[in-house]
Amino acid sequence: MSGIDWAILLIYFVFVLGIGVALKGAMRTSTDFFLAGRAIPAWVCGLAFISANLGAQEVIGMAASGAKYGIATSHFYWIGAIPAMIFVGLFMMPFYYGSKARSVPEYLRMRFDEKTRGLNAISFAIMTVFSSGISMYAMAKLILTLHVFDGPFRRLGIDPSWIFHVGIILSALIVLGYIFLGGLTSAIYNEVLQFFLIVAGFAPLVWLGMKNVGGWSGLKSRLDPSYVHSWVGMGSSATNRLGVEWFGLVMGLGFVLSFGYWCTDFLVVQRAMAANSMSAARRTPLIAAVPKMLFPFLVILPGLIAIALPTPPVQATQIAAGAASGASAVAGGPGEGLVPYKVNATTGAPMLDKSGKPELDYDLTIPNMLLHYFPAGMLGIGLTALLASFMSGMAGNVTAFNTVWTYDIYQSYIRPDASDAHYLRMGRMATVAGIALSIGAAYMANSFNNIMDMLQLVFAFVNAPLFATFLLGMFWKRATGHGAFFGLLSGTAAAAVHHGLTLPIGGVPGIKGGWIALVHTYPSEMAQNFWTAIFAWTTCFVVTIIISLMTKPAEESKLVGLVYSLTARPQEEHLAWYAKPATLAIVVLCITVVLNIVFW
Amino acid sequence: MWIDIRLPIGMLFSVFGIILSVFGLLGGDARYEKSLGINVNLIWGLVLLVFGIFMFVLGKSAKKAIVPDEEPEGPQADGRPRH
Repeated sequence: MSGIDWAILLIYFVFVLGIGVALKGAMRTSTDFFLAGRAIPAWVCGLAFISANLGAQEVIGMAASGAKYGIATSHFYWIGAIPAMIFVGLFMMPFYYGSKARSVPEYLRMRFDEKTRGLNAISFAIMTVFSSGISMYAMAKLILTLHVFDGPFRRLGIDPSWIFHVGIILSALIVLGYIFLGGLTSAIYNEVLQFFLIVAGFAPLVWLGMKNVGGWSGLKSRLDPSYVHSWVGMGSSATNRLGVEWFGLVMGLGFVLSFGYWCTDFLVVQRAMAANSMSAARRTPLIAAVPKMLFPFLVILPGLIAIALPTPPVQATQIAAGAASGASAVAGGPGEGLVPYKVNATTGAPMLDKSGKPELDYDLTIPNMLLHYFPAGMLGIGLTALLASFMSGMAGNVTAFNTVWTYDIYQSYIRPDASDAHYLRMGRMATVAGIALSIGAAYMANSFNNIMDMLQLVFAFVNAPLFATFLLGMFWKRATGHGAFFGLLSGTAAAAVHHGLTLPIGGVPGIKGGWIALVHTYPSEMAQNFWTAIFAWTTCFVVTIIISLMTKPAEESKLVGLVYSLTARPQEEHLAWYAKPATLAIVVLCITVVLNIVFW
Repeated sequence: MWIDIRLPIGMLFSVFGIILSVFGLLGGDARYEKSLGINVNLIWGLVLLVFGIFMFVLGKSAKKAIVPDEEPEGPQADGRPRH
């Protein structure tokens, strides 16, 4: 990195912390700190909603999937996000926002009972800390791979083995700084800033890349047809790159996983709860859906371009060298296009998969694209966007953690009747603790890779059935607390058992599944994930209904505002037709259908 | 004290825009070999500058628009004044 790139990065950090300092005075009550005073306009909430999800893992991961699976990766957006975002805005937000619940677990307590809330709050709190730790770890790793800090470290005479630690501590301190000062408002403002930064950093990348390969038609002519169609070949798992058939895709990804995430995950729902009115809260996910459906062009296309380009003949591994000369410089050794082979860290030889072909390190797709096309200056914007998205991913988790900890665990089980000022102080302390725990998780990820894989697996089991509980809770007044609680537990158990009985093709029993016995083999890991989710959801749905029918229903008077049939529809006669959530939803849906047809 | 988010966005992008476009004006044609010979710093710097100024002006002119209400609104209030 040259001087100008450093200047851009430093200016960004100054702004981020400056926003925290400027907002400090506005944090007078715990509502200000945890819910941004419920005073944020819809478009800001909407961009934060999308940005909280647009962590660096998303950017890097989706470009990686683009290089691996092609344009079919857009299913994660057009099937795997948009319908659920429309649903949460139109049908679920009236209960989240209208019930005045301060968190998703708190809604569960109001609708069901204490134990259902406790289960959700505790598993969610643990999950956020680990996600934020994984984000931190991934960022420090990337800084290491790209040699971002090597220059200044050499100049200061510090041993390069410190780069990883400094990367972690530095990102932790910055995130801590702005959340500690400005709470959720600060996190949301920074997420909006990061949204624009990602667009500013990646739009020219797509522009240059597309120009280079000769536009969409040029890209098509360079790639196998399986890369450039999203639906052709989805009839059978054998005829598409994802290795999933259409039913598993639509039900597993489009319904269970997507609705489970967008409709129940407090990390995103919290952004809508901060909105300044009911209609703003309902419009939040709908506004977010507009950029969400266009993101494939920003993050998947670079992956396709990277795989379509000829492999550069001379490869420098040092970001500093590349930025100084005008020549192309990418990280890693040879590979396919700009995607390098995975290299064994100790021997330096490429790692081979089971059929003896070298494996590609798809996660380096985006960093290599940035290094390939961006000169000094623009490179600073691109890398700042990447680092910003890592940090806002961490911040999103930390703000969700401090709220759930303070309201749903501390206030509920440890100290119920303290003053508001006490909870505000607790929120700040929880922010410090959440970040300290994330650092611990980051180091854990560094030393035990398998533990992280296992944890993410367990989170997937816990999350998979959630949407069944919320669906029944919001739309079936007969659903009871016992039903919800045991439905969730059995759904999680079903996910674990299904995983234990199946394997993706070529997998060995263990972390990939099959640790009980092998009953069925799926054509891909993705198909296995989707079907695990489908089994978990169905089990939770059925068990919740059966146990609810066997247990005593809650009094209807207590469910007003929490269940569809007992809640007045939100009034929106005063809104102009174009400002109504339903109008926005229809527009979003139509564009999504058109996009699917265009890239069929 | 609430700040309109468009002000910091406007300022940040204006600063980035100025830095990039000035850097782009300073020449160094060899630098732009990797970006297909396009002076991406100058072009994109100007785009960012225009965007930054646009956001800043919006934020300045609508300064009173996001002054928060005294308390969170219930489901029935929905953006209308309370009675």
